[in-house]
Amino acid sequence: MVSNSETKSNKFLLAAKYVVRSLAFPLFAIFISFFVAVFFVMWSKGYGITQYFTALTDLIGIIITGSFGSTDQTLQTMNYVTPLIFTGIASAVSFKCGIFNIGVEGQFTLGILAAAVVGQIHGLSPIVHIPLIILSGTVAGGLWGSIPGFLKAKLGINEVINCIMLNYIAMYVVNFVIMRTPAGIHGKGQTPIIQDSAKLMKLNGVSFGIIIALICAVVVFWLLWKTTKGYEIRAVGINPHASEYGGINISKNIIFAMVLSGAIAGLGGAVHLSGTVYMTTDLLSFIGYGMDGIAVALLAKSNPIGCIPSALLFGTLESSSRILQINNIPKEVVYLIQSVVIVFVATDYIVDYFKEKKRKKGAVVNG
Amino acid sequence: MDKVMEMKHITKIFPGTIANDDVTFELLKGETHVLLGENGAGKTTLMNILYGLYQPEKGDIFLNGQVSKINNPNDAIKLGIGMVHQHFMLIDKFTVTENIILGIEPKIGLKIDMKKAINDVKELAEKYAFNIEPTAKIEDISVGQQQKVEILKALYRGADILILDEPTAVLTPQEIDELGTIIDNLKKEGKSFILITHKLKEVMKMSDRVTIIRRGKVTGTVYTKETSIDELAELMVGRKVNLTVNKSEAKIGKDMLVVENLQVKNHRGILAVKGVNLTVRAGEIVGIAGVDGNGQTELVEALTGLIKPQNGKVMLDGKDIFNKTPREISDSGVGHVPEDRQKRGLILDFSLFENSILGLYHKLPFSKGIIMKYNEIRKHSQRLISEFDVRTPSDEVTAGSLSGGNQQKLIVAREISKNPNILIAAQPTRGLDVGAIEYIHKRIVEERDKGKAVLLVSLELDEILSLSDRIAVMYDGNVVDILERKDADERKLGILMAGGTVKNGKEVRDGE
Repeated sequence: MVSNSETKSNKFLLAAKYVVRSLAFPLFAIFISFFVAVFFVMWSKGYGITQYFTALTDLIGIIITGSFGSTDQTLQTMNYVTPLIFTGIASAVSFKCGIFNIGVEGQFTLGILAAAVVGQIHGLSPIVHIPLIILSGTVAGGLWGSIPGFLKAKLGINEVINCIMLNYIAMYVVNFVIMRTPAGIHGKGQTPIIQDSAKLMKLNGVSFGIIIALICAVVVFWLLWKTTKGYEIRAVGINPHASEYGGINISKNIIFAMVLSGAIAGLGGAVHLSGTVYMTTDLLSFIGYGMDGIAVALLAKSNPIGCIPSALLFGTLESSSRILQINNIPKEVVYLIQSVVIVFVATDYIVDYFKEKKRKKGAVVNG
Repeated sequence: MDKVMEMKHITKIFPGTIANDDVTFELLKGETHVLLGENGAGKTTLMNILYGLYQPEKGDIFLNGQVSKINNPNDAIKLGIGMVHQHFMLIDKFTVTENIILGIEPKIGLKIDMKKAINDVKELAEKYAFNIEPTAKIEDISVGQQQKVEILKALYRGADILILDEPTAVLTPQEIDELGTIIDNLKKEGKSFILITHKLKEVMKMSDRVTIIRRGKVTGTVYTKETSIDELAELMVGRKVNLTVNKSEAKIGKDMLVVENLQVKNHRGILAVKGVNLTVRAGEIVGIAGVDGNGQTELVEALTGLIKPQNGKVMLDGKDIFNKTPREISDSGVGHVPEDRQKRGLILDFSLFENSILGLYHKLPFSKGIIMKYNEIRKHSQRLISEFDVRTPSDEVTAGSLSGGNQQKLIVAREISKNPNILIAAQPTRGLDVGAIEYIHKRIVEERDKGKAVLLVSLELDEILSLSDRIAVMYDGNVVDILERKDADERKLGILMAGGTVKNGKEVRDGE
C-alpha cells in the first residue's frame, strides 16, 4: 500500500501530465500555423528573409491591436467569439457521442430565424420576452438536430449527408420567410429589427450572451462528466458494442446527443440575434459560425471548456481580418492560420490512430 | 540425427520490451519440437524471425549447418521453411487446388495449367495419405480439412521444416488425433515440425522435445519422454501451478434458468440457434461444449439481450426474460462475462473506475437521479481491484493499458459484484496465461459453491471438463446431448461435437 500523501502527489503529477499532454498538441499547432503565416506576411509586404521577426511582430501586433486595441474593438471581437463558443460546444457534444453533426450551421441558422420571428411580438415585458426568444431558438435548433439524429438511430442513415442537406434547407427556409411571409420585409431582404423588449441586456457594453455561453460550457462539461447521461453519451461514442452490453440504449443516446447539440447551436443563434445583430438578412451562403464551430471543437479536442479559448482564438482571428487588410496584409492570412491549425489537429488524430494500430499489432506479435 | 535448423543467440527487441533474449533453439531432422510458453512469452516472435517476418537484433540462423540470411517469407520458403498460421490464409471461394498453387501456378503460356495442378495436388495428397478432394471449395470443407490444405500448401512449395502455430485451437479431439497421424507420416518422410502451443496435454502427446520460453528467455529444453505436465507447467509459469480444479460435490438447487425451444438468427439473418432446450439449476455449472461457430455465440447473446431471438421461452427464476433489453435482463440477475472482452466487456478508453460500473452506473449507490456518485464509484472499483488482484498502478488508468488477464479479472470482478442469480461466462479464459486461468476458474467455482447457477461456454474441452457438473454439446445450432460430468470424456464429447451420436453415456452407437 502507498501512503496517502504519496497517492496525492502522484495524483497531482498524473493530472499535470494529462493537462500538459492534452495542451501540447493544440499549442504546437497554433505555433506552427503562425510560423507559416509569417512567410505570407513577408511576401505581401515585400520583406526580406532577415526581417522574419519584424513580420512576426507585425502580424501578432496587428491581430492584437485590431481585436483588443480599444473597448469597442474588444466588444466587437466578443461578438465573433460568443457564437463560436456555442457552435463549438454543439459540435463537441456530437463528437463525444461518436456522431459528426456537420449540421450545426443549419441548426444555428434556424435558431436565428426563430428568434428573429419571435422577437417581433409586440407588447411583451422583457422578463417574458427574453426567455421566450432564447427558448424559441433552442427549440428550433433542437428540432432541426433531432431529424438527422432520429434517421441515424432508427434507420441507420448516415448523419453527415442528412445534416448537409438540412443546412441548405435551413438557409432557404430563412429566405422563404423573408421573401414570402409577413415576418420579413421583402423590399429590404431582411427581417424587421426585433422589439426592444427582446434585446438581450448589456453589462458595461458587453452583451449578456457571452455569459450565457460560458454558463453553457460549464453546464455541458458537468453533464458529460458528472451525470449518468454523460457517461452514456461518452460510452456510446467510444464503444457502442460495450455500451449495448452495459445496458445503454444506443438509439436513445444518439437522438439525445443530436437534440442537445442542435439545441445548443440554436441557443447560440438566438443569443447572436437578440444580443448582437437584432435581425437577419436573406442568405446567399452559409453564415459560417456552424462550420467554424467544427474547427473550434476539433482544436478543443471536444472538451466544452476547451471550446472557450479555442473560440477566442478563432474569433480573434476573424475579427482582425479587416484591420489586416488595411495594413496591407491579405485577410486570407487568417484563413491560412485557421487551416493550418486544423490540419495539425487532424494530424494529432491520425497519430493517435496509428498509435492504436501499432499497439494492436504489438499485441498480436507477442501472442 | 542431423540438425536441420539452428537459431543461435537470437535477440529481438521491440520498443519497451525484449521479446527474445539470447534464445537458442534447434531442430533435428524428423523430430517434432514444441515451443511452449505463455501468451507474450515470445514464441511467435521467434518463429516470425525464422520465417523472415522480423529481423533479429543479434544472433544467427543456421540451416543444414550453413548461416542463412532470411529477409522475408519468400527467402524462407525458398530455404524449405513453411508456416501454417493460427488463422488460415485461404481464399474461401477458391478450390483446394487453386489455393495450393496460388503464387506459383504451373502455366501453359499465359494460361494456368489446371490439369497439371490438380494432378500434382492429388499426387501430393496421396503420397502423404491426406484424404482431401482437390476440386472442393474451401468454404465447403471442414476446419480440419482446411488445415490439411494449409499443410499441403507448404509441402507443395517444398517445405522440409513446418511451423504450425497453435494448430489444435480450432480442432475437435478426433481431428487432433488425425493431425497427429499426419505429422507422424510426414516425419517418416524426413520432414521436421515446430509446434507453437500453450496446451500442455497436446505437448505430451505429439512431441519429441520441448523448449520452454518464459518472458523471452529459454528456461529449458527437455525430452518429452522424460518430463511431466506438472514440470512443464512449472517451467512455463515459473512457479508451481495447480492444474486441476478442486471442487466439491455440487449442491443442486432449484431451476434457475430454463430455456425452451429457443431460436435465434445470426447477424446475416440465418438461423444459428435452432430450438435449444436447456436448464441450469442453482449451484451447478453447466458447460456448453462445441466447435466454434455452432451457435454458442448467438445463444449467449440472445440470453443476454444483445440480439433479438426469434422464438421460444426463456425464464430466469420464474421470470420471463425472453426478448428483453440487455438492461432489463442484467437487472433481473444475469451476470455476463462476454466472449470478446475488448469489444463488449470493456470500454478501453475509459478508466478502470468508469469500467467498473458498466451496467451498474444507473443504480444506487453509484448514481442518484442523474448525478454520478464518484466517491462510491471509486470505492467500488478499488474494492474490485484489491479483491480480484487486478494488477494496475491505479484505478485511473485506461482499461486498454491493462494486460489481457487483468482486463478479464476486472470484468469477472464486475459481473460477480452484481451478485447475479446466474453467471454466463463465455470463453472466460481465452488467450490468458496459466496463472490467470487458474484464478478465474477458482472464482467461477466459488460462485457455484455460493449457490449461483453458472453457464459456461468454452471452446476448450479441458476447461469444460474440469469445471462443469453437466455438459451440453452444441452442434449446428442444436444442443445434441446433455451429459453428466461423470459420464463424459473427451472422446464422447468429440464425437458429439462433430455431429455424431452417443447412446446415453454408455456405448457408442455410431460416428466411429
